[in-house]
Amino acid sequence: MLEIKNLHVDLEEEEKTILKGVNLTVEAGKVHAIMGPNGSGKSTLSYVLSGRDGYEVTEGSATLEGADILDMDPEERAAAGLFLAFQYPVEIPGVGNMTFMRTALNAQRKARGEEEMSAADFLKLVREKAKTLKIDADMLKRPVNVGFSGGEKKRNEILQMAMLEPKMCILDETDSGLDVDAMKLVSDGVNALRAEGRGFLVITHYQRLLDHIKPDVVHIMADGRIVKTGGPELALEVEHNGYTDILAEVA
Amino acid sequence: MAAPQTKPDVTEARLAAHSLPGGGVWATAAREDALSRVRAMGLPTRRDEYWKFTRPDTLVEAGAPEAALFETDETAMFDAVDRLKIVFVDGVFDAEASDDLSLEGVTIERLEEASQTDIHWARDVYGVLETNGQTPVARPLATLNTAMAADGILMHVTGKVSKPVNLVYHHKSTTSDAMLHHVIKLDPGADITILENGPAAARFNKVMEVDVADGAGFHHVRTQGRDHERRAATHIFARLGEESVFKSFTLTANGVLTRNECVIEMTGDNGVAHVAGACVGDGDFHHDDTVFITHDAVNCESRQVFKKVLRNGAVGVFQGKILVKQGAQKTDGYQISQSLLLDGDSEFLAKPELEIYADDVACSHGSTSGAIDEEGLFYLRARGVPKSLATDLLTLAFLAEAVEEIEDEGLREEIVGRLEGWLERRRD
Repeated sequence: MLEIKNLHVDLEEEEKTILKGVNLTVEAGKVHAIMGPNGSGKSTLSYVLSGRDGYEVTEGSATLEGADILDMDPEERAAAGLFLAFQYPVEIPGVGNMTFMRTALNAQRKARGEEEMSAADFLKLVREKAKTLKIDADMLKRPVNVGFSGGEKKRNEILQMAMLEPKMCILDETDSGLDVDAMKLVSDGVNALRAEGRGFLVITHYQRLLDHIKPDVVHIMADGRIVKTGGPELALEVEHNGYTDILAEVA
Repeated sequence: MAAPQTKPDVTEARLAAHSLPGGGVWATAAREDALSRVRAMGLPTRRDEYWKFTRPDTLVEAGAPEAALFETDETAMFDAVDRLKIVFVDGVFDAEASDDLSLEGVTIERLEEASQTDIHWARDVYGVLETNGQTPVARPLATLNTAMAADGILMHVTGKVSKPVNLVYHHKSTTSDAMLHHVIKLDPGADITILENGPAAARFNKVMEVDVADGAGFHHVRTQGRDHERRAATHIFARLGEESVFKSFTLTANGVLTRNECVIEMTGDNGVAHVAGACVGDGDFHHDDTVFITHDAVNCESRQVFKKVLRNGAVGVFQGKILVKQGAQKTDGYQISQSLLLDGDSEFLAKPELEIYADDVACSHGSTSGAIDEEGLFYLRARGVPKSLATDLLTLAFLAEAVEEIEDEGLREEIVGRLEGWLERRRD
């Protein structure tokens, strides 16, 4: 599904190298997790994959179902099936949440040559999905993320994911700022989307999210590289011993 | 021809291009008074502080600079609204295109006819509110209008009027120099909605005096026509009584030069005055909103909400003042002026002012200039919204606070639709 080969990335403004040769393949139907200490390059990886400005790829490639995504605009990547659940979802005053989602959904459909969804069908679908995430009518009407609590913002990200039905989902520290109940709600939302044809890359600092979203593969990232890969037990090891031991071991 | 330099020269050169319209006693008295006042104050020159950001030359000089006509296939503004339509073509009343002027709750007359009488109710308002609005800042183009405007609409509103009165201004001559002077007098408890639209003329000088009695409501939605080369200087002078409501919104798209002044005096307790504007300019566009609201009563609320979208060297100006007089306690005054600069060539010049002589008031003002929010743009794009559409969405979101000042949902949607169309036509 997602194939990253020898990816090197510089921060444009500071001429600083953040990613120093990332290799990673996420298969369809699988959940991969990336863990790592602060500053290891986890979030940079998610931004580079989704097409944010300010990063320069100096070497390597990233493909989604064989297509080079690094050459695409962010909107083209989205239409190709890539979705990033933001660590800090952006507030957009003046744009209604519902308008935002419908515009996004239909823009993607249009880009793929599919028919746009009617207002009635959209409304039905969004209500149904919102209900399972405990997102009320008021949150749907309000401007995008404006006045939302941390938990509401993350639930809103998952709602967008559920509506857009991407092939490859990247979750960037989705657990940050969530209490136990909200984490459960968000995880249930993600688990409901787990499917044969869909890949997940879950970026997290802590193991606790992985209690709810059980990964198939766990990667440890440090200093811009994947330094260790293993099964779910690797996450538990981090939980018990911290990163120091693992990093010492691979150093 | 060498350009005249001194203020009296400029003024006399312009006055020579007009003659006082003939009329009965009341109108002639008002016009002669205005003529002597305009001579005394002189027409604006670029040295005047109040015209620091906007060059008055082409609004003042004798004869209108040529303005090409603008062809559009858009449906006419407010076409879907059930309204009474009054049409002017290049400032000349068009009886054929206008509806019958009778409507329940309001008496509608033309200034040209009413000015022939010797006694008329309009004499208590015509030129009177304009004169009041001359201090502390002179507005000589309005005085010129009071002296020289031959026509306009006089409305005496006695009840709640069931449908809007729509003043439609067509522009069909490339050199037309039009002047209209409207007077709207609302009796206590009366209520009316006035719609205005169209480019009017190559150059348009318009004054609207609105006398809102106790408990009356005045609602105003205006769109200034899309002709790129047209020029306009407009003034609204309003006097508000106790518990009255005054709400005015203006959409301006295109126009090489527009100066919209709005002067409001709140003279009765518990009054409400909202003035809002959204303007979108692309290229050779200069738009100036100049607002002066005086609080001279207790517990009044005023809002000024102005948003400007500027691109390709367009210029936006805002001069807004809230004056709270001594004794005008519990005043709630709000003023915001913001520009969205879509490129580095465009410019926004703002002079927000507060002057307060009462001690128990809540007044706030703010003015900002900014570009499209990059974070928001990326967020939208990451969800699949193409850059051009995402930019338009954020632009409309920026304008929303001003547009939401329009109370009527249908009118608001029509304005939003026009803005969407304007943006869509400019997509990369």
